[in-house]
Amino acid sequence: MATLSFKNIKKTYPGNVAVIHGISMDIKDGEFIVIVGPSGCGKSTLMRMVAGLETVTEGDIQIDEKSINHLEPAQRDIAMVFQNYALYPHMSVFDNMAYGLKIRKMSKEQIKERVQQTAETLELALLLDRRPKQLSGGQRQRVAMGRAIVREPKVFLFDEPLSNLDAKLRVQMRLEIQKLHRRLATTSLYVTHDQVEAMTLAQRMIIMNKGVAEQVGTPMEVFERPASTFVASFIGSPPMNLLNVNINHEGKISTEDGIDLPINGIQLPESVRGKTQAIMGFRPENCLLHETGIPVKIEMVETLGSEQLIHGLIGQTNIVIRQNIHANAQQQAQLKLGNIIHVSPDADHALHWFDPETTRRLN
Amino acid sequence: MIERRPWLDLLAHLILVFGLVIVAFPLYIAFVASTQTAREVANAPVSLLPGTHFIENYAQVLFSGSSVQTTPVGNMLWVSFVIAMIISIGKISISMLSAFAVVYFRFPFRMLCFWMIFITLMLPVEVRISPTFEVVAGLGLTNSYAGLTLPLIASATATFLFRQFFLTVPDELVEAARIDGAGPIRFFKDILFPLSKTSIAALFVIQFTYGWNQYLWPLVMKTSENMTPIVVGIKTMIGGGDSVTEWNLVMATALLAMIPPGLVVILMQKWFVKGLVDSEK
Repeated sequence: MATLSFKNIKKTYPGNVAVIHGISMDIKDGEFIVIVGPSGCGKSTLMRMVAGLETVTEGDIQIDEKSINHLEPAQRDIAMVFQNYALYPHMSVFDNMAYGLKIRKMSKEQIKERVQQTAETLELALLLDRRPKQLSGGQRQRVAMGRAIVREPKVFLFDEPLSNLDAKLRVQMRLEIQKLHRRLATTSLYVTHDQVEAMTLAQRMIIMNKGVAEQVGTPMEVFERPASTFVASFIGSPPMNLLNVNINHEGKISTEDGIDLPINGIQLPESVRGKTQAIMGFRPENCLLHETGIPVKIEMVETLGSEQLIHGLIGQTNIVIRQNIHANAQQQAQLKLGNIIHVSPDADHALHWFDPETTRRLN
Repeated sequence: MIERRPWLDLLAHLILVFGLVIVAFPLYIAFVASTQTAREVANAPVSLLPGTHFIENYAQVLFSGSSVQTTPVGNMLWVSFVIAMIISIGKISISMLSAFAVVYFRFPFRMLCFWMIFITLMLPVEVRISPTFEVVAGLGLTNSYAGLTLPLIASATATFLFRQFFLTVPDELVEAARIDGAGPIRFFKDILFPLSKTSIAALFVIQFTYGWNQYLWPLVMKTSENMTPIVVGIKTMIGGGDSVTEWNLVMATALLAMIPPGLVVILMQKWFVKGLVDSEK
């Protein structure tokens, strides 16, 4: 049980390559935090600094308000699950899990008890004598987690633990990780590039981009009020539609190519009024097909079973609209390639506004 | 898969048998000679059937040597065995440790150290034999196991092989061990060593044979008869000048000299195969 804090952490590699530009965050005891971002954004580096596998260039990492910057990984009381599991290939499952405890000079009986117990909760009890290479991917993954759990550390670190599994197993393991966390309630840091994993697992998430935390918040906060265009386009699938728009003094909106965008009676937020340019965003699922509204030229319709994705163009900008397939037959008939349909956002809050220069959120 | 064709099978077998005969025939002749009396061997043409003095000849060389070389071959076998063991175990442990240092530790001039070791590959024992002799003699190590083995123990080849192997061990394994709390020695002992077992077995075979076959260095180094390794011993049995060479005894000794390295290869081969079949990396 522990808190974890980042105090303006920076990381610069030799040759002045800065990969993390100052991240601060306080993680509460028992929280499940997901760090998500595209590859190369510094998320793994951040985690490896917590683990003690990378040095911290500047700033302070604290566990329970004590700085751990200069502690060896083993002294930090953390446990890590690696992407490729990093199981010791020559040891049995039991020995893999027991190794850390053995080094800690725990008594044999105690080790046995703990490993047994953990193995049972992870359904590994029958596999304890096997070698890693005799296990399936999912089982190896569980052993890797078991190795972390038996240690009863203050903080769990997960470094993209599910990325080597197939899609079905990934969903299953995701649920198991959630259940596990609910039961153990250990402070956890989880790195992934998969936004679905991030959304489903996180109590709070850090969205990183180019070494900066773009936004820190609960999945719903991040989804409903993305702090920047990066977050808006990173979270959600398909991503949010973003349009560069001009706003005239009457509050009328048009695209840069001069196409009027009537947004049927929706008020411009205070912070956007008076601006001449902005980035307007709306999620594919927040659109209604209307008689009037924003004209969209249909380019492609993808059917996903219960719903469909309509890919279209507003001026030169590609957008996606997500529609239930059970919309009325008349509407369905309109969805032909090359047709122009009209859409409008389904509520006031469905529109997101961003500053075109800073890309930060306006409303 | 290659199609099965009877005549291809036949051809393949013929070639194999031919190769086998070329290798095995001299061995057979040596065996035949070792079972005959000295006079029978000297007779031309050489008989191709084994004689009746098998036990007699082998007992003589093993326990009392020949008339020219009076050190018993049993003693020589023991000396050779000790030398080969010290050299192979010494080489493996030293090169493994130095490869461990070069791969896993960041110290100044690390790569320089590695290249210095690597460059010594170019210097065979024969080239540096007189300076080495000076050093070893100066240390008073002539005619001792230390003197016979120490100069041969450092091995660039083995260091290089271990280095290459260590480089293939995934970094995550090192990191997992660090998080588990294993220090460098612990990591070496618990993880690196067990993972290297098959490489060690392979190197052991090579180095044992290398140690066993040492000829020039022991010849220079040993001064007393009871420190004669068998490879040198065989040569001294072949009398020069007026003395008669008892070829039956020489052949018996030669065959005896082949047994230990042969055994090592056969026994270790299982390890090789095991290592190849269930690669644990």
